Amino acid sequence: MEFFKKQTHIDFLGLKRWAMSLSLLLLLISAISLLTNGLRWGLDFTGGSQLQISFNHSVALSQLRQQLQQAGLKDILVQSYGTSRDLLISFAVQQIGQRDLDAKILKALPGAQLKQVEYIGPQVGHELTTQGALAVFIALLGIMIYVALRFEYRFAIGAAVALIHDPILILGIFSLFHIEFNLTALAAILAVIGYSLNDTIVIFDRIRENFRKLRKKSAAEVVNLSINQTLSRTIMTSATTLFVVLSLYIFGGEMIHSFALALVIGIIIGTYSSIYVAGALAVALGLDRSNFLKAAKEVDPRP
Amino acid sequence: MLNRYPLWKNCLLIFLTILGFVYAVPNLFSEQPVVQISPVAAAGADMAALNTKVQQIMKTEQLYSIGQTNDKQTIILRFPNTDIQFKAKDILSSALGNDYTVAVNLLSSEPEWMKMIGAIPMKLGLDLRGGVHFSLEVDLRSVVAQYMQGLVKSIKEDLQQANVHYTKLIPTEEGNQLRFLFCDKRSLDEAQHLLARQFPEFAFKVAQVVDSQSYQLILQHTEQGLMLLQQSAINQTINTLRNRINELGIAEPIVQQQGRNRIVVDLPGVQDIARAQQILGGTATIAFRLVDVIHNPYVAESSHIIPANLALYHYQGRPVLLSKQVILTGNSITDASTNFDESGRSTVNIRLGGGGESYFHRVTGDNIGKPLAIVYIETKATTKMVHGKAIYIPHQVERVINIAIIQTALPPNFQVTGLSNVQESLNLSLLLRAGALPAPIYVVEQRTIGPQLGAENIRKGSLSILVGFILAVVFMAIYYRVFGLIADVALAINVVLLVALLSLLGMTLTLPGMAGIVLTVGMAVDANVLIFERIREELRNGVSVQASIHAGYDRALATIVDANVTTLIAALVLFGIGTGAIKGFAITLTLGLLTSMLTGVMLTRAMVNAWYGGRTLKHLPIGM
Repeated sequence: MEFFKKQTHIDFLGLKRWAMSLSLLLLLISAISLLTNGLRWGLDFTGGSQLQISFNHSVALSQLRQQLQQAGLKDILVQSYGTSRDLLISFAVQQIGQRDLDAKILKALPGAQLKQVEYIGPQVGHELTTQGALAVFIALLGIMIYVALRFEYRFAIGAAVALIHDPILILGIFSLFHIEFNLTALAAILAVIGYSLNDTIVIFDRIRENFRKLRKKSAAEVVNLSINQTLSRTIMTSATTLFVVLSLYIFGGEMIHSFALALVIGIIIGTYSSIYVAGALAVALGLDRSNFLKAAKEVDPRP
Repeated sequence: MLNRYPLWKNCLLIFLTILGFVYAVPNLFSEQPVVQISPVAAAGADMAALNTKVQQIMKTEQLYSIGQTNDKQTIILRFPNTDIQFKAKDILSSALGNDYTVAVNLLSSEPEWMKMIGAIPMKLGLDLRGGVHFSLEVDLRSVVAQYMQGLVKSIKEDLQQANVHYTKLIPTEEGNQLRFLFCDKRSLDEAQHLLARQFPEFAFKVAQVVDSQSYQLILQHTEQGLMLLQQSAINQTINTLRNRINELGIAEPIVQQQGRNRIVVDLPGVQDIARAQQILGGTATIAFRLVDVIHNPYVAESSHIIPANLALYHYQGRPVLLSKQVILTGNSITDASTNFDESGRSTVNIRLGGGGESYFHRVTGDNIGKPLAIVYIETKATTKMVHGKAIYIPHQVERVINIAIIQTALPPNFQVTGLSNVQESLNLSLLLRAGALPAPIYVVEQRTIGPQLGAENIRKGSLSILVGFILAVVFMAIYYRVFGLIADVALAINVVLLVALLSLLGMTLTLPGMAGIVLTVGMAVDANVLIFERIREELRNGVSVQASIHAGYDRALATIVDANVTTLIAALVLFGIGTGAIKGFAITLTLGLLTSMLTGVMLTRAMVNAWYGGRTLKHLPIGM
């Protein structure tokens, strides 16, 4: 079975104006959402306590909130978590001992079964935030260096832009739909960075091969052709991985919900950015055949 | 001949596959809840008597185990489910008392021969098994402060005894510097001599600063010394915590240092979280007391009349009377280590530093030739069955751990001799350190996961792996036909190899770890897609079948390696900054990429070669 029986000849680079506007638009929306809405930071980053409890019957949130208030527990966030019988109760770092809080809450809500409790001290939360940001930064740096070494610095810049573009869009969606962003979601973003680069490298590889093979074509034509040639592979791999990750999202349960969602979005956006952003940017920066001739290393970047 | 693998390569792949299966299979064996009973005092325990007692208890309480194994030091009882398991644990623990440790555990039901070759199932993380996770921060600053305080006391006493007068003592802000002012140079020199001799191991830097009016002696604690001190405090805390956790009867707890001043405690399968917190917070300490030689302990024991100011204890089976007065507490012990004396017998070196040394010195000097006892005081919680429910009562338990004759007036560093063997001295030094100055600890992170949630997570994780796998398999088979099937077989073996590696490495499986396996399945397909698309392209361009296969594998390999390296970089970064579950995910991802390269490229090639290699073919069932 083949999706692409004949070689496709889509002029990807010709559409690059549209693609770039789309990207910029999405980036803008994400940035605005992040600045105004902010991210719903998970417990790992803010610190505080979170209890997951469930009842034998469906519960009304408003009634529970009342019960908690009557017991003197203020500033507590109560949300439903998955089904109508499960709840997530979170609150920021309090002065009272954590042990007492658990007991108090359970007393105020008769019939509640405690399924999971998490308590993160504020220093740990702060540390994780800085460590997380550092990790993303180091990963990007490491990858840029690798790509620059294996291919060419213009590719590295193109790849870097694509790689920054992806996480911002993912964060934007998280912010827009107010989805909790926790440590596992961050791990997913790092995985997406690596994976999205996967696609980009495959295309770069083909571009390099074609530059060496096709001596008469212009840079834009070569890049276009390369993308077209690798299109079926890109779509196939993304589709399979997407299926797999979707199954995680649907069947994996609440705990890895954020993680799976980040992966799903990341794969879709990553595929798009690999096809467009990286290649187009490299050409815009003046990619030329001479960059690939074995002798020349230092070349005038102007085409 | 094109596309033929040498025999050794094929054999190697078959061998690896079989090995993979063998080491992955243990994960399929279900886990059985067991209760493990072992005596606290290792030597001289009567296992036969213990066995009869256990049988008796079980019969009276109508507890039925589905199997029992008697080890050298442990009795293992197997139960059908965790409810009965916990019930049995509570009953046995309260009936057998404090001389025995009763622990719960989940043991695999795999056959013995598998255990012998190291084929064990993966351990389940807390989010899959349920339990408690603590992250404790050790207050190292207060450790240093307390230590310096004790040091100041000691130094003052020493200087006083040597009749060296100082005018003033100035501690500095950072707390790792002490300054003594002397009125003349002679005092200063004497002091320096004395202190340098008394504290040589402490890596002090003794400097002299001559001021206009007075002579100043600066004692500077070196960085190295400070770090050693802090590390030793953390080690002590870890030991104490481990001892505490043994009380809870949890087998396979994890107590580890994390970073410079954190300790991570993982207690799987704990159901009573409140008790876990209580136990971890408890402390233990040491007291030195003189043994009374005037009264007869046997008489006191049989007549139950104990003279005033004395208390009755037992040591090595004999009754012994100790003075109630404490000459030295564990707070003064800063270190205890095992050593050998001139005749090669094992001794325990004890170093004092928390203050009270000169009092100790005096009392021991007054009592040369008399026995001195070391008493270990613990805050324990015992289980009591009240109306069929288990309640925990904390109390203090005192145990004499050593009695030795005082040979001389004991200085701040002294030796305890007369120990029967190395094991005993190791135990003693461990106990001394465990009961000594514990640093204040704060809970900075705590996660509790109920066991039902754990089981639910396992179910969901397994389901998503299965569904994802089936989807990938079906898709590949439809799109690439026979080659797709070959890729599917390789994918299955990929998962098997990955599971085998993780089991072999003793990795703990967590929910993100399972997600990592799922992700690897998706990405493993990538390598094959690359190769097959390339083969298709070559075929479209009119290249012969054998040459297409060859070209496809050849060209794709470099791309596969390149692409996977970048994901590896991301995984390595995750491994570096991550803790616990994230680290597990990173390791799973890395290993998964490696196994997928092996199976995706080498294994499929072997199969393709075996099937289609070396023959002349017109078509290739690659879905075109």
